[in-house]
Amino acid sequence: MKTAIKLAYRNLIGAGLRTWLNVIVLSFSFVIIIFMKGIMTGWDYQAKTDMTNWQIGGGQYWHEAYDPYDPFTFIDSHAPVPAGMLEEIERGEAMAQLIVQGTLYPAGRMVQVTIRGIDPAQQVLQIPTARLDTLTDDIPALIGSMMAKNSRLNEGDYVTLRWRDAAGTFDATDVIVTGIFATNVPAMDAGQIYIPLDTLRAMAMLPGEASILTFRESERQRPGLPGWKLMSKPELTREVDELIKTKQTGQTVLYGILLLLAMLAIFDTQVLSIFRRQKEIGTYIALGYTRQQVVGLFTVEGSMHAVLAALAGAAYGVPFLAWQAKVGWTLPMEASEFGMAMAQTLYPVYSVGLVATTVLLVTITTAIVSYIPSRKIAKMNPTDALRGKLQ
Amino acid sequence: METTGNIISIKGLYKRFPMGKDVFTALHDVNLSFGTGEFAGLIGPSGSGKTTLLNIIGSLDVPTQGEAIVLGRSIGKLSPRESARLRKESLGFIFQSYNLLAVHTVYENVEFPLLLLNLTASERHKMVLDALEWVGLSPKIKSKPPQLSGGECQRVAIARAMVKKPLLVLADEPTANLDAANSHHILQTMEKLNRELKTTFIFATHDEKVISYLKRKIYLLDGRVDNEELTEAI
Ligand SMILES: Nc1ncnc2c1ncn2[C@@H]1O[C@H](COP(=O)(O)OP(=O)(O)O)[C@@H](O)[C@H]1O
Ligand SMILES: [Mg+2]
Repeated sequence: MKTAIKLAYRNLIGAGLRTWLNVIVLSFSFVIIIFMKGIMTGWDYQAKTDMTNWQIGGGQYWHEAYDPYDPFTFIDSHAPVPAGMLEEIERGEAMAQLIVQGTLYPAGRMVQVTIRGIDPAQQVLQIPTARLDTLTDDIPALIGSMMAKNSRLNEGDYVTLRWRDAAGTFDATDVIVTGIFATNVPAMDAGQIYIPLDTLRAMAMLPGEASILTFRESERQRPGLPGWKLMSKPELTREVDELIKTKQTGQTVLYGILLLLAMLAIFDTQVLSIFRRQKEIGTYIALGYTRQQVVGLFTVEGSMHAVLAALAGAAYGVPFLAWQAKVGWTLPMEASEFGMAMAQTLYPVYSVGLVATTVLLVTITTAIVSYIPSRKIAKMNPTDALRGKLQ
Repeated sequence: METTGNIISIKGLYKRFPMGKDVFTALHDVNLSFGTGEFAGLIGPSGSGKTTLLNIIGSLDVPTQGEAIVLGRSIGKLSPRESARLRKESLGFIFQSYNLLAVHTVYENVEFPLLLLNLTASERHKMVLDALEWVGLSPKIKSKPPQLSGGECQRVAIARAMVKKPLLVLADEPTANLDAANSHHILQTMEKLNRELKTTFIFATHDEKVISYLKRKIYLLDGRVDNEELTEAI
């Protein structure tokens, strides 16, 4: 094997330009696959971190009637905060939100909104609810920057908010925008308006009630609460997982095409090399190689493209990938249009496992592609090979 | 003659090649034997079957009929592994077109057959240097074949064939691409190695210069042994 590697190395280097072209094509595959996978991992990581920080904390209890995709359920999805959670909320380790459907009238327009009653003192989510803690007589409200843009609201603006209370009666009041925040989590921005929990409870005539309870600690085993649905963190992030999986399927096609191109080049080189080097093959056999050993030699030679490509890829890929990890990759379109937790700039994350599996995958594929044409040698007649007789 | 026992014994050997619907008989009832230390040649015009016979002796090809026993092994009954073993341990080949590995140095070319044997690096090193000295190429150790003349290339090929001190060397038209001076040079080298190492040499040739060095001349014509001649050592 050591001999085969040494010989293969000399033959490859001896082949010159052709080897280097193959190596460069193959090294692109390495770098692009690792980069794209790194972006995916980075996105996954960032999306989950943002979701945790802004939306779901360490997990949630949902009122059993609550369905975030159906605002008409909000009218029924509330209940008094269960006694078992009160102490945790008191300690600041959990928080209650009351969710009420409403309508906002900015500058004469009409915008359907979800009104979220939230404790201004909460520390579980990153939403800057402290901005709701003002001493005005007006009702303070907090919105995300996307919402602010769409409804053309600025800090200090008054806007009319209409809602329906528990008795089914419509009511309206003016609220003042005391804060606008930027988040990567559209679910917490688009169509959302935040007002202090106790204010909303009073407005809706639902004292002490809540629709969702968010807790910080994700590790602890949580009891079931009657009338509430326990939503663990993995359940809440499943959507992100699924979206990333779909994206990865699309990417796999790209890697497939990339690898196919590289493999065609290697395959072609192998076929040509076996055809042109018949005399050499005959000589190996005359010197005492078995045909299987010659097959091995050519397979090692072909596979070595992958090793050289890994080295070449490392030479320019490491600086490139490191630079990308630092400056990030900025999306060419508006990230918010994805409707997904997604930052405008994604920071790729590379793991040892990712690099190792990519290198392994490409090397094994190269070895197989090198082996297939080399099998022909095993059927060669050594005397024909020595005469360089075309077959 | 310094022959002690037969190392090759060929009896009733036929080699037929399929030629479309027909078969072509390249070797016709060949009976020959060779002893240790011979310096013999198969002589005949092109197409007379010299290469075919040499290839069978070298276990690169198999008889269609009859038998060829080389160093106690019956060619044609050997597995691919056994015939590879016979070649790597006991046989050396020299070709008309040298068949050197162009991307390897002279040293590496000569070392090549030793890589298949269980030898240490220092044993290999010594053997390669010895072989290069026999053929007078010690100064060119780091050159690559494209930088050498034809005569030098063939001397590298002789060193490669001789480096493991095989019992038998098969040389197929070794001088066909060389001028007279180089032909004599390599023939003298081979004659010396035959004398000093007792290596058996079998040539295939129709070159008068080669023929003049042979101690035994076997004339082939249309695949048959036509005539045999023994000469005294020069
Ligand atoms: N593999 C083969 N298939 C068909 N014919 C062959 C083959 N090898 C050799 N021959 C024929 O056998 C004859 C002897 O060939 P060869 O041994 O190469 O002759 P020489 O070496 O004496 O010139 C030639 O006519 C050649 O065409
Ligand atoms: Mg011939």
